[in-house]
Amino acid sequence: MRVKRVTKLRILVLIVSFVVVELLCQFGLIARFTMIPPSEMVIGIVGLLLSGKLNEDMATTLSSVGIALVASVIVGFAAGVVIHSFRRVRRTIDPLLATYYSVPVFVFYPIFIVLFGLTDIPKIVIGFLYAVAAVVINTLNGLDRIPPVLVKTGRIMGMTRIDIALRIVLPFAAPYLFTAVKLAIAYSFIGVIGSEFILSNRGLGYSISYAYNNFDNLTMYSLILFILTFVLIINMTLHSWEKKLMQRRGFA
Amino acid sequence: MTARRRWTPPEQLVDWLVLFAVLITAWQLAHWWAGDVAMTTPFGTIAYSVKTLLSAEFWPNVWATFSAFLIALALASAGGVLIGGILGYHRLSGEVAEPILVGIYSIPKVTLYPIILLFFGIGIEAEVAFGALHGIIPIALFTMNAVRNIKPVFIKTALVMRLGPRELFFSVLMPASMPEVFTGLRVGFSLTLIGTLLSEMFGSRSGLGFMLMNAIGMHDMDVIMSVTLLLALFAGLINAGLLMLDRHLHRAPVQATMLGG
Repeated sequence: MRVKRVTKLRILVLIVSFVVVELLCQFGLIARFTMIPPSEMVIGIVGLLLSGKLNEDMATTLSSVGIALVASVIVGFAAGVVIHSFRRVRRTIDPLLATYYSVPVFVFYPIFIVLFGLTDIPKIVIGFLYAVAAVVINTLNGLDRIPPVLVKTGRIMGMTRIDIALRIVLPFAAPYLFTAVKLAIAYSFIGVIGSEFILSNRGLGYSISYAYNNFDNLTMYSLILFILTFVLIINMTLHSWEKKLMQRRGFA
Repeated sequence: MTARRRWTPPEQLVDWLVLFAVLITAWQLAHWWAGDVAMTTPFGTIAYSVKTLLSAEFWPNVWATFSAFLIALALASAGGVLIGGILGYHRLSGEVAEPILVGIYSIPKVTLYPIILLFFGIGIEAEVAFGALHGIIPIALFTMNAVRNIKPVFIKTALVMRLGPRELFFSVLMPASMPEVFTGLRVGFSLTLIGTLLSEMFGSRSGLGFMLMNAIGMHDMDVIMSVTLLLALFAGLINAGLLMLDRHLHRAPVQATMLGG
């Protein structure tokens, strides 16, 4: 019953914050040119979605994010497995991985524009570069946690290397791979939308900055809320799936 | 794979030299592939970096970035430790708040940048706000877990020994949660730096991020590459130092911890 109470309280907190922001905006304590009331943002999203004005930008951004995400998960996972199997490589690369995220990858965006032109490819590359390290780090983390006794037992029972990989290593590392995918989603979005902010001619990030430059707060806030809600829904879906997996394994 | 690491220093040194050689070679190859227009050579970049370090216009920008960064880091650390401490101590609030914090932590925060600009205007305030926004949540999450995971027996013992609230805090709670809180601060450090730099890149009139955007506008590859190199070196060195301290505090090897955006 306690869990229920926590959930109820959480929903209450969210509703109260929504109402507080709404009231602050409605009574002019937050000026309209700074922020519009949340209720108008929600109506704005519905309007934008129904009008179909956004379809093309949405398709551009989401497909770029999708490609960056898939590529980073595949490459990152493969790289993680390879790095993990060579201990010296691992030890040498670890500090590099630890500092990877202190380099602002966006700096290289113009270089990719020079190389690939002002297409979707530079955004995808930036999204990929942002996401791939998260996947590598979490894959390594997952592989580290596998108790050696499980692998040994498998070997004693005469399992082949492939069997061990598929039946012991992969299931055990799965939760960490989930974390990797969740982070990769956030990072691909950051890479793609950030790139669109800096320089681009289409996409949701471009539309947000276009609306910002034209003082079109309704469109801007609606788009931002749309992206954030979208990412949150994906993450929550993954989270509940992950929870089910964990429960099955008996960690609840 | 966490076999005891019994390595002798020379082997480690060899590995580092090999890594360095591989990186430089890869960079040089990339230069040949992409051409002068996209990338400068490793040695050219290093030479230009030295020149940049000696130039007069570089340091005011460094100062602009670092004053914003330090204020943001101070705000993120103080706020994060305070929020995390309260949420860790008061279990119910912690349980209520944790998924909300994780949710905010996992959204792409660049998207919020225009909102920050509307609230704070272009300038140091926006940089500080954006930097602190990146750092505060991981610090709060790590602190919350640190406080939650303090063994109850420590607190019980302290109560049995009739420690006052202040002694309880300074001689039991603080030392017990220190290692995890430090990990949070380390992660917060990197994220705050990224946030500050991003904010400077998207809209500001001074600082290293501004210098980069200016160079991007004028297509000055020398400046782009050398400022990036200097930033990466700075962040890398500080991070390596913090990582060492972190390992020392945990008295165990710490792997690269994950950062969120």
